[in-house]
Amino acid sequence: MTEQYDEKDVEISANELDEGFVLDIRGLKVYFELRKRGFQHAGFVRAVDGVDLKLHRGETIAIVGESGCGKTSLMKTILRLNTPTGGEIEFDGEIINDLKANDLKNVRRKIGYVQQDPYGALAPFMNVRTILEEPLRVNGITDPQERYDRVVKVLEEVRMTPVEDFMEKFPHQLSGGQQQRIVIARAMILDPILLVADEPVSMLDASVRVEILKLLRALQEEHHLAVIYITHDLATVRYFSEYIYVMYAGQVIEKARESDLINKTAHPYTHALLAATSDPDPKNVDEFQDVPPGEPPSLVTPPKGCRFHPRCPHMIPDLCDTDRPPEYDLGDNHQVACWLFREMPVHREFTVEA
Amino acid sequence: MAKQKKITLKEDAILEAKRKAELMSMMTDTTHKVGKVKHDLLLSIKDLKLHFETVRGPVQAVDGVNFDLVTNKAVVVVGESGCGKSSLAKAILRLLPRNVSHYSGEVWLRDLDTMQLSDEEYREQVRWVKISMVPQAAMNSLNPVLRVGDQVAEPMLVHYGMPKEEAMEQAAVMFRNVGVPVDFLTRYPFELSGGMRQRVAIAMALVTGPDLVILDEPTSALDVLTQANIFNLLKRIKANLETSFILITHDISTSSELADIVAVMYAGKIIEVSESHRFFSKPRHPYARALMASVPRLREREEPHFIEGKPPSLINPPTGCRFKDRCPKRFEKCEEEPPTVVFGDDWVACWLYEGQGE
Amino acid sequence: MKKFRDTLKDIARYPSAIAGLLIVLALIVFSIYTMITIPYKEAIYLWRGTETAVYKNPKNAKPTWFNWFLKDKLPVSVDVFAGEDEDFTKESKPREKGGNLIEFNYSFEYNYNQLPQDIFMYFTSNYEGKNPFVVINLTTPSGEEIKIFDGGISQRTNIRFGQDDKLMTRLIRLHGRDTETQDQLRGVNEGLFSKMGTYPPEIDKGTYTLNVKATTFEEGSDVDAELVIHGTVFGLFGTDHLRRDLKVAMMWGAPIALAFGLTAALGSAIITMFIAAVGTWFGGWLDELIQRITEVNMVIPYLSILIMVGTFYSKSIWTLLLVTILLNIFSASIKSQRAIFMQVKESTYIEAAKAYGTNDFRIITRYMIPRVIPMLIPGLVSAVPSYVFLEASLALLGLGDPTVPTWGKVINDARSYGALYQNMFYWILEPATFLMITGLGFAMLGFALDRIFNPRLRGM
Repeated sequence: MTEQYDEKDVEISANELDEGFVLDIRGLKVYFELRKRGFQHAGFVRAVDGVDLKLHRGETIAIVGESGCGKTSLMKTILRLNTPTGGEIEFDGEIINDLKANDLKNVRRKIGYVQQDPYGALAPFMNVRTILEEPLRVNGITDPQERYDRVVKVLEEVRMTPVEDFMEKFPHQLSGGQQQRIVIARAMILDPILLVADEPVSMLDASVRVEILKLLRALQEEHHLAVIYITHDLATVRYFSEYIYVMYAGQVIEKARESDLINKTAHPYTHALLAATSDPDPKNVDEFQDVPPGEPPSLVTPPKGCRFHPRCPHMIPDLCDTDRPPEYDLGDNHQVACWLFREMPVHREFTVEA
Repeated sequence: MAKQKKITLKEDAILEAKRKAELMSMMTDTTHKVGKVKHDLLLSIKDLKLHFETVRGPVQAVDGVNFDLVTNKAVVVVGESGCGKSSLAKAILRLLPRNVSHYSGEVWLRDLDTMQLSDEEYREQVRWVKISMVPQAAMNSLNPVLRVGDQVAEPMLVHYGMPKEEAMEQAAVMFRNVGVPVDFLTRYPFELSGGMRQRVAIAMALVTGPDLVILDEPTSALDVLTQANIFNLLKRIKANLETSFILITHDISTSSELADIVAVMYAGKIIEVSESHRFFSKPRHPYARALMASVPRLREREEPHFIEGKPPSLINPPTGCRFKDRCPKRFEKCEEEPPTVVFGDDWVACWLYEGQGE
Repeated sequence: MKKFRDTLKDIARYPSAIAGLLIVLALIVFSIYTMITIPYKEAIYLWRGTETAVYKNPKNAKPTWFNWFLKDKLPVSVDVFAGEDEDFTKESKPREKGGNLIEFNYSFEYNYNQLPQDIFMYFTSNYEGKNPFVVINLTTPSGEEIKIFDGGISQRTNIRFGQDDKLMTRLIRLHGRDTETQDQLRGVNEGLFSKMGTYPPEIDKGTYTLNVKATTFEEGSDVDAELVIHGTVFGLFGTDHLRRDLKVAMMWGAPIALAFGLTAALGSAIITMFIAAVGTWFGGWLDELIQRITEVNMVIPYLSILIMVGTFYSKSIWTLLLVTILLNIFSASIKSQRAIFMQVKESTYIEAAKAYGTNDFRIITRYMIPRVIPMLIPGLVSAVPSYVFLEASLALLGLGDPTVPTWGKVINDARSYGALYQNMFYWILEPATFLMITGLGFAMLGFALDRIFNPRLRGM
């Protein structure tokens, strides 16, 4: 069962580019309206504020950030559980911003969703077989035999064998790891082309996490899936993604290939994240972690200019606190939105909006 | 708040608490104590057992735990969920659940066997006076209907009979010490972020100047940066005060930030205690090794490996070595209870080390 | 099924729950028994109190078990058929001139200290042209032979001893009472059953023999007789002012109460659940609308509306049931269910369901409602008695259907007749006790279920 992990320095080859994008997000904005007393408008929560993201078939990307950075809202908007306020989401060649009803349903078949809380993600009153059959029923698979076969197949894929034993079980009879496998099975049962995994292992025990991550990796390779892996744990990102987006306060502040992000870190926030991620190293006791004080800002009234500037040790007065930095290109598909790199060529400007 | 119990004004204890608070406010940014450091035996646990009744049978959560802790050191108790580590914290502090069926053993605090004390004496002399606890970073550890300042002041009122204004002053001092703005004294927990709440909980645990603080998963629900900030605070406290820590967690990686000694718990028993440098480089027990190998690392390229199977149920734990069903090095002797093999201050409970050690 | 067994096991842990469950089961069994032994049509017929239905019953009779408490027993009603009952013999001898001479003899012991209410003889005969002729005589234990009646009878003739003036006159003479003085005979029965010449009248205790000689004049002409003596106690439940056997109402009250209670409780619970689910799921103006309707409805006193409907529109129990359900849908339970649905709505598994394309209706029925049902069950069970009492209250206010025998109706009759002033406490106590037991049973069961399904209340 233990797979060999080959050192892969994945380059986005020309071949993959030809396959086209599974996901092409341009300038996505997701604002939630705040209302006082049910009727009065009190501002917007700028959960996602101008995000670009590209994902190819078979590619795994990670979206990393702390809670409140917008990664969850971004993910939910991709799943169309929210409606975008601005920008465009193009999925498999189709703009999905305003799709409704049947069109939306067709799109949803192609995206699998793995959630954070395995127990909450499974209806407690349904057994495993019913849980797995639901997506099939909802999407018009009427033949009971076909449903059964697909359930068996997917349970085998997530290594829940013997299959018959597990089909009749209820969620509370399974361990956390097993529950998460069922969640993954459910996400896979409609043969999606994109898998969105929202913190899939953060509620599992340390020793089980690796198991689930490896399973996801195996599934991704077998089915040539595109995967978006959302997490706050940088240590796991390495085993699972080729390309990483770092989000802060609703914006993408750095994106790079995995090895570049770790070895050639650019943004001060990314530095802080890396510094705050501990490895089991006895020398840690002797050192303080180099982290900025304070907390992520309010998304209703975010700081002017660069949103990280109040906490940034390298803040440049009259620049960082007034203007939002553009994305600078550091080569090799590594971009960073930080004034410290203003010598570099501009990859993208952001227009200031009210 | 205590109602009819007489609260004796403990002047010397109050002075001690105040002194420690003062000391805290003068904390410097060191991770190590300056000068000669004493390591007396502070806590000695012998054969501690805590079982409780459930519908499906008795859960033997803590099943004969032994370990010692000296002053000025931090021990991390590491284990997966369901190994009994939270119950261990409760057993040490005598916070017994309603359905407890068995509670025995010795818990020596210096030269006092706290198990011999009555519940009332324990409450007056030990809990939150000598030993306190920072519970899991959950929303429920603070009372949602009381202001946070009152909650931090409360231990002083209840245990030392301090007058209200003085206790609030002490609370203010502690707030500063843990990095919470003093004007938050009048706020309610829901107005604070997760990180702030946890700092308040830490203040609450330290306000009476205890000798030992038990932290139960203090940062598991917090973001990485906040987590790092909390650990920085704990490091500062450890270096500047004489407080010892027991940190209970499942996260080996963050535990290395505070650990001087690592104790590994599995299925209700402690199976290895090692000094941290030894532990993180070459743990002894096969389970500890497997645990270390299963952790994804940021700065190394090693592939993590997961452990097959799952921990045994605490309702009917297996005989002999409890890890035998998952151990790659299992052999016939593992059917019997493994011996405790001592290596200086470290020890391990495993047949593989039989005959070695002292 | 397994959950059901587990629930039963849980119930077994609470003694009050077992008691409640037993009571409810007993009520159900009792109702089924009632519906089998007295079919509905028959019950209505008996309850209407027409002469044919109730002729055998005394008026305002106490239940027979009342005699246990008395040293002086009250006379029990008697109803015997000639030729069928042992004590009532029938002999038929042909006459030379055609027809038959039929002799009936009935002996009975009378040892009570009270007079019976009345005595009836019911004759049925068949003939072509000539009526049979009967002579009735009663022999007292003291040996007096009193002629009760002589005359012709038709196909159906009822002879009521108490209303026969000629008999009365005869009796007065026999007892030597003066019609002018104050010590008059107070009725035929007193005349028949008291010792001659005693004042105050003493009951003549002993064996009485009733002798009837019937003469028929045609071939094949026959006479049948039925003797009914109305005592002052009757049956298991007694009778009311209209001579109706209260057992009809006592027994039929159970299935009606259960039907009304269960239907109302279930009906309103299910509909409320759907409305709460739909409102919560869709949110927006629909949710607001439902909430406002609920709030307005909660303020309106619904008993008043029921009274209005009952008075101006229809007294039928089914109409009132319908209106009850309608009024109860938009009530406080919508609010509490909405709270639960709001929580469930945010569940991760529902989010997942949306993500794989489930439509709204399916989410509501398949994902949200099953979560809520266990929490509704205790409320449902506890609500049943309130509807049962509602039906009784409506009957008490005169709103129920007067043709349907229910416990409430009995109380209503009792009250308007002034039962308690007439020492007929059984009339009120019986239905009240049954109502109480029903309420108690469901309440105890409901509380236990609440403890089971609401884990937070466990251990209380």
